[in-house]
Amino acid sequence: MLKNRYFWLFMSPLSVLLLWETSTRSGLLDARFFPAPSAIFYYLIFTSPGEGLWTDISASLYRIFWGYLAGCASGIALGVTMGLNHTVRVMIYPLVALLYPIPKIAILPLIMLVFGIGEMSKIVVVAIGSFFLVLINTLHGVDSVAKIYHDVAQVYRIKKHNFVLRVILPGALPAIFTGLKLAIGYSLVIVVAAEFSGADAGIGYLIWQSWETFSIKAMYAGIFVIGALGLAFSLTLNFFERYLTPWRDSDK
Amino acid sequence: MQISIAHLSKIFFRKKQRTVAYENLTFQIKQGEFFCILGPSGCGKTSLLRTIAGLETATSGELTIQPQGSSKPGTIGMVFQEHGLFPWMTIRNNIRFLLENNIHMVNRDLDAIVNEFIDLVRLTTFADYFPHQLSGGMRQRVSIARSFANEPGLLLMDEPFVFLDYQTRCALHGLLLDIWQRKKKTLVFVTHDIEEAVFLADRVLVMSAHPGTVKSIIDINLPRPREFLTLRKSSAYQNQVSELMELLREECEPFKSNQSA
Repeated sequence: MLKNRYFWLFMSPLSVLLLWETSTRSGLLDARFFPAPSAIFYYLIFTSPGEGLWTDISASLYRIFWGYLAGCASGIALGVTMGLNHTVRVMIYPLVALLYPIPKIAILPLIMLVFGIGEMSKIVVVAIGSFFLVLINTLHGVDSVAKIYHDVAQVYRIKKHNFVLRVILPGALPAIFTGLKLAIGYSLVIVVAAEFSGADAGIGYLIWQSWETFSIKAMYAGIFVIGALGLAFSLTLNFFERYLTPWRDSDK
Repeated sequence: MQISIAHLSKIFFRKKQRTVAYENLTFQIKQGEFFCILGPSGCGKTSLLRTIAGLETATSGELTIQPQGSSKPGTIGMVFQEHGLFPWMTIRNNIRFLLENNIHMVNRDLDAIVNEFIDLVRLTTFADYFPHQLSGGMRQRVSIARSFANEPGLLLMDEPFVFLDYQTRCALHGLLLDIWQRKKKTLVFVTHDIEEAVFLADRVLVMSAHPGTVKSIIDINLPRPREFLTLRKSSAYQNQVSELMELLREECEPFKSNQSA
């Protein structure tokens, strides 16, 4: 089964690319708008690095890394606090319900007003996007810790810090990981959108610039990079999830 | 520990509905005895046990738990219907975690205690397994080991074998009695199973349902150590079982009595 899954990890995208390749070469697709994947990969590997691809990738990764880290850490912290403290929960929850549905891109201008058009505003918008997804899933995870574990902890007088770190946190971890996975995908979306305007580097900047100068292959190169990053992030998180939650049957 | 209960009642109010869990209970549990609380479902026996454990509070009446001799105040061990082992800890760490949090275990060799009790419930080779890798019976053995390892003054067990098959249950009865006899702890055991109560207990408190009240307290005068396969054939055992069945007869047939009323 496991062997099969890794097989399909490559086979599924490969067959789509193959279909695309033949469609372009046979003239079914317009090569000006849909250049053959082989041509895009060629451009990505041999031309893009010379046009500053690594600068763009590292700029985006830098923003994602710090934004995601700050957003997830504060999301987990507040989620656990709200889950365990009824007063904090009642006070904070209406704010969460109110702010969560606002598209984070919609507040980007406001954030740029406050934090300037530099790095900070992009990091902050990624952080805010990650924060809500992780917060909501963490809260759900804390709620999902079965009552019996609360009972056991109470009867055996488990110390407060042990209760939080070794009962609640691991109990909520599967749900926290759901939040972390949603947040990493969302971070990519946000960072690219934020880089469309008011940036001088980044994958979003690359795509937007390429579109404006009609370098279609460079534009596709940027899109492919995003796809590859998304895949790499999700495989990394899956690995950590399996490593950190060994009590769960993971081959599902 | 010794437990004195006087006129203890518990009433739930939920959506303006008044439900009596148990009412006007008065009895005592002696130091070192194996005390069974027997009753049909809905008689408030679990609620009573949770009150003794401090997980619920009674509405009125008095509950006093007095430490006696060398037993340490406030240490309670509990085994639940479902094992309640932390799924993210190995068997060893499940036991050890509770010891690390026990203020009476400071400066003790925790690893030695953990090993002793894992051996005692015969799970030596499974010490580093996770709970989900064990069978239901094995998990409940860990729960028992965990409760005894804490050296509690009082042990509470809430139908710990209810979800196990008959053979496993019989084996665990033997194991529980064995450990209890070695460690000599006051043990309060809740069950709805008459034979289980007779086989295990020194005394059985029989409760009636709706509301839960004390119907009778029966002494079980069967010699120890008890061995199920021989004991079950003895007339003394069978008499005790039928005596309890008589007491619970009306609880067994509530629909019939309703019709005649």
